[in-house]
Amino acid sequence: MIRRLLPLVAFILLASLLYVGVRMNSGRDNSAIPSPLIDKPAPAFSLPVLGDATRKIGNKDLLGAPYLLNVWGSWCVNCREEHPQITALARSGKVRVIGYDYKDAPEDGQRWLAQFGNPYEIVIADQDGQAALDWGIYGAPETFLVDARGIIRWKAVGAISDEVIQQQIEPQLAKLAASP
Amino acid sequence: MLPELGQIALILALLLAVLLATVPLIGAQRGNNAWMLTARPLVYGQLLFIATAYALLTYAFVAHDFSVAYVASNSNSLLPTLYQYPAVWGAHEGSLLLWVLILAIWTVAVAVFSKKLPQIVIARVLAVMGWISVGFLSFLIFTSDPFARLLPAAQEGNDLNPVLQDPGMIFHPPLLYTGYVGFAVAFAFAIAALIDGNVNVQWVRWARPWTNVAWGFLTWGIALGSFWAYYELGWGGWWFWDPVENASFMPWLVGLALLHSQAVTEKRGSFRSWTLLLAIAAFSLSLLGTFLVRSGVLTSVHAFASDPRRGLFILTFLAIVIGGSLLLFAFRAPTEEKGQPFVAASRETLLLANNLLLSAAAFMILLGTLYPLLAEALNLGKISVGSPYFGLLFTILMTPLVLLLPFGPLTRWQREQPDKPMRMLAPWGLLALAAGAIAFFAWPGGTAKTVAACVAGIWLVFGTLRFVRERFVQAKGRFTAEMIGMCLAHVGLAVFFFGVLVTESTSVEKDVAAKPGQHFQLRGYDFRFDGTQAIQGPNYQADRGTVLVTRGDRLINTMHPEKRAYVSGGSIMTETAIDGTMFRDLYVAMGDSLGNDGSWALRLHVKPFVRWIWLGALMMAFGAFVVTVDKRFRRPVVVMDANG
Repeated sequence: MIRRLLPLVAFILLASLLYVGVRMNSGRDNSAIPSPLIDKPAPAFSLPVLGDATRKIGNKDLLGAPYLLNVWGSWCVNCREEHPQITALARSGKVRVIGYDYKDAPEDGQRWLAQFGNPYEIVIADQDGQAALDWGIYGAPETFLVDARGIIRWKAVGAISDEVIQQQIEPQLAKLAASP
Repeated sequence: MLPELGQIALILALLLAVLLATVPLIGAQRGNNAWMLTARPLVYGQLLFIATAYALLTYAFVAHDFSVAYVASNSNSLLPTLYQYPAVWGAHEGSLLLWVLILAIWTVAVAVFSKKLPQIVIARVLAVMGWISVGFLSFLIFTSDPFARLLPAAQEGNDLNPVLQDPGMIFHPPLLYTGYVGFAVAFAFAIAALIDGNVNVQWVRWARPWTNVAWGFLTWGIALGSFWAYYELGWGGWWFWDPVENASFMPWLVGLALLHSQAVTEKRGSFRSWTLLLAIAAFSLSLLGTFLVRSGVLTSVHAFASDPRRGLFILTFLAIVIGGSLLLFAFRAPTEEKGQPFVAASRETLLLANNLLLSAAAFMILLGTLYPLLAEALNLGKISVGSPYFGLLFTILMTPLVLLLPFGPLTRWQREQPDKPMRMLAPWGLLALAAGAIAFFAWPGGTAKTVAACVAGIWLVFGTLRFVRERFVQAKGRFTAEMIGMCLAHVGLAVFFFGVLVTESTSVEKDVAAKPGQHFQLRGYDFRFDGTQAIQGPNYQADRGTVLVTRGDRLINTMHPEKRAYVSGGSIMTETAIDGTMFRDLYVAMGDSLGNDGSWALRLHVKPFVRWIWLGALMMAFGAFVVTVDKRFRRPVVVMDANG
């Protein structure tokens, strides 16, 4: 009898999850999650540029002005969802946007950019996801805001929407501009 | 006026469905013959009204009636006539109507082909299908009215999503839905058996061909969708592990497990509860797929309109149908296995392994598909689980499946000397390994995956042929349709795996910036870009490129990829040009214009054996259809079978 109830129990768990999903869907909130790295220096890394493996980029190369580090991968469906917003933000010139191609074959990454457009100032490739451990990246998409001195100021997990840009990224940028 | 008639027809169909769901069922409980006899007329009437509604919606499309909101958002006066008919199912409301129509057709088919079944069984089966119809018709009427008016009427329609304006689109959804809905028959039989409390082997025999047909259609539907994505999305990929693809793949896997387990139950009487559970699961996953696609809970490249109200409605329906069935299962499923006993070395065990591997694969896909939702529910943010997860898991689960498959047909029911099939297959296993070793050194650009392709392909084909030879030796070449279908499907699987693994390991591609007149070399082929031409389509403008492909001195083909801009909405679409043979596809897609000198970004692919992927799927589906003509399914059904 107990064994025969197992499918039902499994289904009830599934249905509860789907219910939560439906509720969330009606009032989506992509709030930034607290990260232990906020207000800490960005981890040291040295990664090749996507499409030009001989050229390496480290965190020292990115100092001087704030930048948004957008973690994506060609295998990531939600990354396609946020790509128009990321593109618009990059085109607006409000902040430099650096791409971070996460756990991806370089050919796939380049093809993805050819298909959906490349708004990034530069794209670094982390093929095996080693450097991502230091950043605390556990999936894609994720987005970091790093200030001119290389301090991580803000982080979001999940697709970036227009609301997140207006209500979180832009105020953060204004704060950075106000305090040199 | 006509759209209002369509609405009325749907409401009448719902009323008939409600009667169908209750009257014959009560009749069956009370043994009232007259009440049970109402089932068939109600089924015919339901189809009549749904078909009327469907015809009226189609007419609204053909007549460009932009006062109907659904037509205005999915059609345009410039839309070619050929696409006005499939445009009916181009978005949410219409595709639901198609779903309901196909369900009504299946229900009529069950009513027509079930004359030999006992009245009480057929009354229950049709009533269960009536319940499903009630759910979907009320979903359609209360949350997704396809006939809703737009006042004042639009002057011009928004046009059908350009991605869908393609011949592949015409057949993909109907085939897919025929498969999904077809599992409702096996489901209805399972529920009827649970209500009755006796899982009669005769009914399982009767339900088997229906499962095969449903599964065959689902296979075709998925394969066509994959082929369509391959040539329409311009990526050269054929499967993306997208949530919507997964939603159709899960019922496919469980349906495949079901048709093997039904065979065991029908022939040996074993696996009764398991067959019932799989029948419930296959259809539940079809419903879950509909929910995932329609509720917008998961993000996907298949952007459908999402509406939380619809999500809640389907979820409630799912809870009633699936929860109710599983509750029924918990209380009524047979507690003792009545089948013939079997030992570890037997065909039953191998089929059990098949069932477990396929179910595990479906479960892992479910987990991977819902993981992003779980992460979001636990406030970990929105995360995608991509092909790294699915690819790895699939390799792990499919390897034992391929390894064990040839043993199945060669192993006897109940008890077998384990070394007998081993001895029969050993030479062919060695041959497969030898072929793999040769491929490793001889195949241009071959990798470990190419080796796996050769080993798996040859092992499955020769393992199946070994069974054919066994039939010639032992049974003087007597084959039942069931055996022929099985061999076809198993060889189809070999063709499929070979195509997948060879394509994935040896395809080459190149992204180039091409000036007119420039040559590019790829795997011995010479691609010459001859510039582009502006052309005018019926509802789009396009830049049409010309690429001349030669090999040595031989002209292979002149290819014309296009970049289209659709007039309404301004969507940009890539039309790839493909030169396909059985052994390789040449695939050219256009990127963006790179300036005023007429140069363009081009993507060139050479994909060996890519067609075998879909050829294998066609063969598997065809095998499933062949099984249904087996004589065993036309034996008269014995009403009383005390042994069950």
